[in-house]
Amino acid sequence: MSQTLPMAGAPANANDVGLSKNDYRGAPSTLCQGCGHNSISNQIVAAMYEMSVLPEDVVKFSGIGCSSKSPTYFMNRSFGFNSLHGRMPSIATGTLFADAHLKGIGVSGDGDSASIGMGQFKHAMRRNVNMVYIVENNGVYGLTKGQFSATSEQGLHLKKQGENPYMPIDICLEAVVSNATFVARTFAGNPKQVKEILKAAFSHKGIAVLDIISPCVTFNNQENAYHSYAWGKDHEEPLHEISYIAPRNEIILEEEMNEGEIREVAMHDGSVVVLKNLEKGYDPTDRMLALKSLEEAQQNDWLLTGLIYVNTEKPALTDLYNLVDTPLNRLTEEELRPEHSMIDKVNELMF
Amino acid sequence: MNKIVNDFSITVGTKNGSGSSTANNTILRSVFKMGIPVSGKNLFPSNIQGLPTWYTIRVNKDGFIARQEKSDIVIAMNPDSFARDLAAVSPGGAFFYADDIRQPITRVDIAIYPMPIKTIVKNDPNVPSEYRELVGNMVYVGVLAQMIGIDLEKIRAALTFHFKGKQKPIDMNFNALKAGADWAAENLEKKDPYTLEPMNKTDGLIMADGNTAAALGSIFGGVQFAGWYPITPATSLAEALNDYLPVLRKREDGKHTYAVVQAEDELAALGMAIGAGWAGLRSMTSTSGPGLSLMTEFAGLAYYAEIPVVIWDVQRIGPSTGLPTRTSQGDLIFTHYIGHGDSHSVILLPGDVYECFEFGWKAFDIAERVQTPVFVLSDLDMGMNQWMSKPFEYPNTPMDRGKILWEKDLEEIKGNWGRYLDKDGDAITYRTFPGNKHPMSSYFTRGTGHDEYAKYSEEADTYVQNMERLAQKQITAKQYVPAPILHGNKNASVGIISFGSTENAIFEAQSQLEGQHDIKSEVLRIRAIPFTKEVDAFIERHDQIFVVEMNRDAQMLQILYTEYPQFSSKFKSVAHHDGLPASAKWVREGILAKYEAASKAPKAAAKKKTTTKAATKTKSTKAAVKSSTKVKKTATKTAAKSKSAVKSKRK
Repeated sequence: MSQTLPMAGAPANANDVGLSKNDYRGAPSTLCQGCGHNSISNQIVAAMYEMSVLPEDVVKFSGIGCSSKSPTYFMNRSFGFNSLHGRMPSIATGTLFADAHLKGIGVSGDGDSASIGMGQFKHAMRRNVNMVYIVENNGVYGLTKGQFSATSEQGLHLKKQGENPYMPIDICLEAVVSNATFVARTFAGNPKQVKEILKAAFSHKGIAVLDIISPCVTFNNQENAYHSYAWGKDHEEPLHEISYIAPRNEIILEEEMNEGEIREVAMHDGSVVVLKNLEKGYDPTDRMLALKSLEEAQQNDWLLTGLIYVNTEKPALTDLYNLVDTPLNRLTEEELRPEHSMIDKVNELMF
Repeated sequence: MNKIVNDFSITVGTKNGSGSSTANNTILRSVFKMGIPVSGKNLFPSNIQGLPTWYTIRVNKDGFIARQEKSDIVIAMNPDSFARDLAAVSPGGAFFYADDIRQPITRVDIAIYPMPIKTIVKNDPNVPSEYRELVGNMVYVGVLAQMIGIDLEKIRAALTFHFKGKQKPIDMNFNALKAGADWAAENLEKKDPYTLEPMNKTDGLIMADGNTAAALGSIFGGVQFAGWYPITPATSLAEALNDYLPVLRKREDGKHTYAVVQAEDELAALGMAIGAGWAGLRSMTSTSGPGLSLMTEFAGLAYYAEIPVVIWDVQRIGPSTGLPTRTSQGDLIFTHYIGHGDSHSVILLPGDVYECFEFGWKAFDIAERVQTPVFVLSDLDMGMNQWMSKPFEYPNTPMDRGKILWEKDLEEIKGNWGRYLDKDGDAITYRTFPGNKHPMSSYFTRGTGHDEYAKYSEEADTYVQNMERLAQKQITAKQYVPAPILHGNKNASVGIISFGSTENAIFEAQSQLEGQHDIKSEVLRIRAIPFTKEVDAFIERHDQIFVVEMNRDAQMLQILYTEYPQFSSKFKSVAHHDGLPASAKWVREGILAKYEAASKAPKAAAKKKTTTKAATKTKSTKAAVKSSTKVKKTATKTAAKSKSAVKSKRK
């Protein structure tokens, strides 16, 4: 029987860096069961394992909100920084200067990025910070129990909030407009696509924005909501009384979507999310086409999924700074403090 | 007429944006090079072009170079402020004005000197027409130089410095200046008493502004990351980093060991700096009050998550946008308690340009040792004006990077560590940086509750234990922050506590109080919060302590009340808040208004009066006098008993 035991230091199913999938896992999730965010965390684990990424080469970032809790639930061996609401981009920007060989994986939400953090979101795009920037987009504030977010569609009806009078913000459109170099959208219920896009995003140098529609099983529960697995009528309860969320199975696409296909995805209660895959022959390096396609999708209430835009030509932020090869955080006093003679030079430079 | 040598004030009134700063700096620098103690203060509007602006120069042979609330010599170049400028001349003083300004001059008690500036510039064929206004400013420098005796060779040295040796602008400006001087020699008769004579009192000194000094100090401290956002009066600090980093940290391979990023706002500026500080870089930002307000949430995160970062606050006067181009010490309380929830900051308080440099590098050592944000509170006067200074000195201690674990350290302890585990009992824990490849190196930083291993926790005991450790860390910090500077006097009957840029005004006031009122005092200039034992000793040994500061609400005094409640009856506030650099006049008058002679305060007096009112109502002299009748109850220790451990480091 001994041959079935993994040898020390070489676990069963080891990937190219000698790690098992377990080495990429995080703490158990405390999010609601059936939450799309958990599925995304799982796909991050799978993608990183399959790509044989060393967890120590990744830094996780997040802001505040349900989505921002999720970095705890994957890649325990990576450093992580759960920062402030809407401020993940600046934390990531500063951190990644310390060691330009590191890659960031940031998880934010629609409240975190499209409302309070819109400014930092857009500036992270234009700086081309070297990170995968995931927006787990559910069109609702979950952690504060069900308020509209900036990506909630106009006319959405929520308990307590009534009807949303405002137009939604399209994360992907904002990203392209802000000169992001990799922009994709997918759906948490399409794990295969999530994983593939994650792999592509991780391989991209610079910022890779993933708008992942990740339905809130608890609060965004109205029929025909873009971001919703609508909730069964038998669970309609006043919001402030909710203390137990019944487990639900996640909705998974049964068949892969074909290029250009428009598919209605049935929710638990029969409501639908309409997904439209990008057309065959779509050229994701064409910025004008990306803008046009996103606009067209918005007009038709489609959620355009797939790789919408990519530009591999632009240098990542840290490349612009001509940094030494040694990570800055490993430099010593000799390299950082000017030598003694320089003090005389400085005093001479003064009057 | 009796001459008054090396002891007067000059005010130049010009239009903002007319290019007078070169001219005014030239006066300042040439007087400095003549060996005479001098200061220059730019009193400018928040405007790019058109509004009145003033530059005041104080020349004083005894070294009293605080701003004076009088102008012995006024140069009026701006029709919009002409009447005001004329009225400001001290009796017996001198008034120079551009003679194209045609406004009534009614004063007969001063010397009046018209200057044909436009004519002189027009007649100079070497001055292109587009430079006439700029170069015109040099004409008044020339006239003034001739009339008070500024050495023209020192002026040339000043211009050579200003134009970095570029001969064309040096010549153009010097020739205009010479034309002004020549014209004055031929046409003006000296009717005022003010003259300059060379001295040797500035030998070995340099002249610099505090923002440049702060940037240079930061560079010698090994700064690796700065995130910043433009704001008056802090902008020139970050700009000086950009100017000097490429020079002072030049490498043979041309690569950089630093990054300076202009952020989209102050939130992002500090956010980036915190990210970099967390990941192991010597990281900083620089801002002023409004920016600091925006940084508040991040400051709280850095405090709670224990992330080293240095935050320079070049203070301007608030609240809100306030007077953006006026100086203040109004951010002390805000900084001290910055952030919601319980928090205390480590604050450094440089008192001059030399200390801006010194604290520039020291702040990193303290931030990384204590693992907390360190605020350095400068102000507009120090930050943007040129000050005489001792030459900057090379750091006299090696860098202190604090408690860091790299791969080999983790190997030795077999990965057995916790980010917030107090192994050494000094409340300071160990940290690791992203990029560390040891599989046990990582941890998850958060602004939410966390245990010793940085795991999310809402446990009551864990929370309390962590917060108590943070409080303890503030006490540990006392051994790392700079001690105060004592300017001692064994015969002092009163103590003065100060901080920041007010010292020149205090020294002068001190001398006047002793000379004219027989009040002997000694000064303790606080250089950091938390307070060190030297502050305790000073407060213990004085019965009457005046706390001098530039804000309305007596902010340092309020912190002293909190830290030394047992001595609260000893403190008296001298607070001033008009946005102008400190003057000896307001310090002296503030002290006199509340001074309690020994005979005036008999120990038998039994009436109690509240002392807190005196602290907050400094405007009214009446209130101040009232409070001075309070009883000294707690001050039982004798001055003789306590012996200060502080040494005056700088003479």
